[in-house]
Amino acid sequence: MNIKRMMMATAVAVSVATPALAELVIPSLVYRTGAYGPNGIPYADGYADYFALLNERDGGIGGEMVNLIECETAYNTEKGVECFEATKDLGSLVYQPLSTGITYQLIPKATAADIPILSMGYGRTSAANGKVFSHIFNFPGNYWSAASAVINHILDQENGDIKGKKIALVYHNSAYGKEPIRTLEELAKKHGFDLSLLPVDHPGQEQKSQWLQLRREKPDYITMWGWGVMNQVAIQEAANIRFPMEKFIGVWWSGSENDVIPAGMKADGYKALAMHNTGMDYPLYDDLKKYLYDTGKASGEHAGTVLYSRGMYAGMLAAEGIKTAQKMTGKSNITAGDLRDGFEALEMTEEKMASIGMPNFGPSFKVSCESHGGPMVTAIQQWDAKNKTWSLITPFSPGDMDVINRLIAEDSAAYAAENNLSERCG
Amino acid sequence: MLYRESGDFKVSYPADQQTFPIRFDRLAFWITLAVAFFVVPFFINDYWANAVLIPFLIYGVAAIGLNILTGYCGQVSLGSGGFMAVGAYTCYKMMTAFPDLNLAFCILAGGVTTAIVGIMFGLPSLRIKGFYLAVVTLAAQFFLVWMFNKVPWFYNYSASGMITSPERTMFGHAISGANATPAATYLFCLTFLVLLGFLGRNLTRGSVGRKWMAIRDMDIAAEIIGVNPLMAKITAFGVSSFYVGVAGAMIFSVYLGAVEVTEAFGIQKSFLLLFMIIIGGLGSIFGSLVGAAFMVMMPVLLKNIMVNSFGWATDIAAHFEFIIIGGLIVFFLIVEPHGLAQLWRIIKEKMRLWPFPH
Repeated sequence: MNIKRMMMATAVAVSVATPALAELVIPSLVYRTGAYGPNGIPYADGYADYFALLNERDGGIGGEMVNLIECETAYNTEKGVECFEATKDLGSLVYQPLSTGITYQLIPKATAADIPILSMGYGRTSAANGKVFSHIFNFPGNYWSAASAVINHILDQENGDIKGKKIALVYHNSAYGKEPIRTLEELAKKHGFDLSLLPVDHPGQEQKSQWLQLRREKPDYITMWGWGVMNQVAIQEAANIRFPMEKFIGVWWSGSENDVIPAGMKADGYKALAMHNTGMDYPLYDDLKKYLYDTGKASGEHAGTVLYSRGMYAGMLAAEGIKTAQKMTGKSNITAGDLRDGFEALEMTEEKMASIGMPNFGPSFKVSCESHGGPMVTAIQQWDAKNKTWSLITPFSPGDMDVINRLIAEDSAAYAAENNLSERCG
Repeated sequence: MLYRESGDFKVSYPADQQTFPIRFDRLAFWITLAVAFFVVPFFINDYWANAVLIPFLIYGVAAIGLNILTGYCGQVSLGSGGFMAVGAYTCYKMMTAFPDLNLAFCILAGGVTTAIVGIMFGLPSLRIKGFYLAVVTLAAQFFLVWMFNKVPWFYNYSASGMITSPERTMFGHAISGANATPAATYLFCLTFLVLLGFLGRNLTRGSVGRKWMAIRDMDIAAEIIGVNPLMAKITAFGVSSFYVGVAGAMIFSVYLGAVEVTEAFGIQKSFLLLFMIIIGGLGSIFGSLVGAAFMVMMPVLLKNIMVNSFGWATDIAAHFEFIIIGGLIVFFLIVEPHGLAQLWRIIKEKMRLWPFPH
């Protein structure tokens, strides 16, 4: 009868946990434990701190307090499902799971539950096609625009000719890591470079054989789709084979302080993509310091780091979506469906970001019913190991939109066919 | 008192040999089944279905499967995760290749394919025993996962290598996909578990199961008394893989809906199943279910208590979860090395005599 007792206790535990209504409920699927915890923590803190600041300073968004419900996923899809089911009936407005695997799982579920997902720079790239994916948003950038941005940067470096050059992709052997492959293959055909693919298995601690191969192949450039400990190991290994760091370009998930600091001075010059700015030089930090860090409501331990900034940026975009939805519906207590409409009408401008206290933090863009992918612009940031800072070395610029749009149309059409979806947006 | 045997006379061999010889047990079993089939579906919600009951039912099937191989036939397997993947990918290929095929047949096809693959990987068991066999099955685990990751045909050339399950209906109710109702998916999984549990129970107490157990207890002696070790081991691998494959297919199609092979069917899944049967009890169908319940529900229960009721931070709760579950596993294995099923057997013995133990 063990089972029954357990079930009863769980039922009690679940029923106790129903929070009060009439507030903006935002579930935060985080991972502060597990193999990817070190990267999950700063992001989760940034996300939580942004909403905590809105609550402390402005009394929530549009007069409604934000109730942030954290749920630990440990980057595990089964726990992600559990978190989604546990929170979806609490009035949850938007999911940002920070995991491509969990995003894939939630795409049909959240669509059926009429809750939007904002998978900012991860998840299913073709979700940028709003005509097929009604509830999924992946602005401001996605993996395919990122892949194209890497190649564009290499083109810039090589004065526009990369015929016969060898470019290697070191990637996390998962849905996430495989996403850019198709785009890179297309671009390889277009520009005539040789692409070699080197998968690294989860969690990525063991990469000796891959780097041995790279040492033999001597690629001209290496790009990386890594996450967690894989990034640190790869950068260290690249330093060990004396690969020139400025020719090693990571995606935005492979470009945080966690990844480069372990390699010390040897990581100097390492490049990574950026979908937003970073650092503490923003007026918003004055408020964060005044309302949260100094009052002990948040530690601010990771403030200013790349992943903290990304969490904050994710929170900011969600909050702006909520504000847009509130303006559209004229009521402060919006539903998840309203927020979906709000995201579709979201417009990020310079003035808006400046008024929030984050001037020039990210690109300005406009979302529409057809395009859920935003501007797909990307910048390159470079690590300065001496001063321990990341700085943007290029402006935000778009990728090879012909290739990307074609691939997005293909992949979303396949999804629509598999699931019998018809196109939206009249 | 509760377990009265007096007055419960058996007048035929079938009555004496039945699974639940004691009336109270029998009643409890039928009432549980009736509640599970006729009451729970009316009260079930998404959370209960997707976070608790469906994983329990599916892992129950998988645990019975592994228990047949390891508990009954004595062949250690660390390849269950890989075999689950075979079931899942077969199911996916069937679902996408034949959109009109009923999901139940896709799942059974997953089971059959896995049985064939399992037999292939089981062949070395004739020569290799114990730890060495474990290493061979470990190779199966890594090989299968690698293969599903490497060959794009298995995931229909999708960009990310993920497989997603399209919507399939049964009797007008969606079973897979986003619109599946919790009651429908729950009943679907429950039916599979009950049918396969019934089959497993009857296989293990029939001549096939006796052969397995003879091989487990001493293979040379079994061979001398006329058990063909080839057939016994091959059938054990085949049946066990069938169960595990069915479970893998259900995890993909009904429970998760989208699967990435390294994450969903990695080595940790093989260990999870092994934990389930060791904690539940080797060589016991009931033990498989209790083990599955323990490993599936305990983390959810602990999480709900610590995070929702006590309001602890999620990361602290997650760390405590590891400590508590690890501690409980050690505790149960010290108190009762033969698993929770044996613990339950002892309780039954005590209850039979209670309140007059002498």
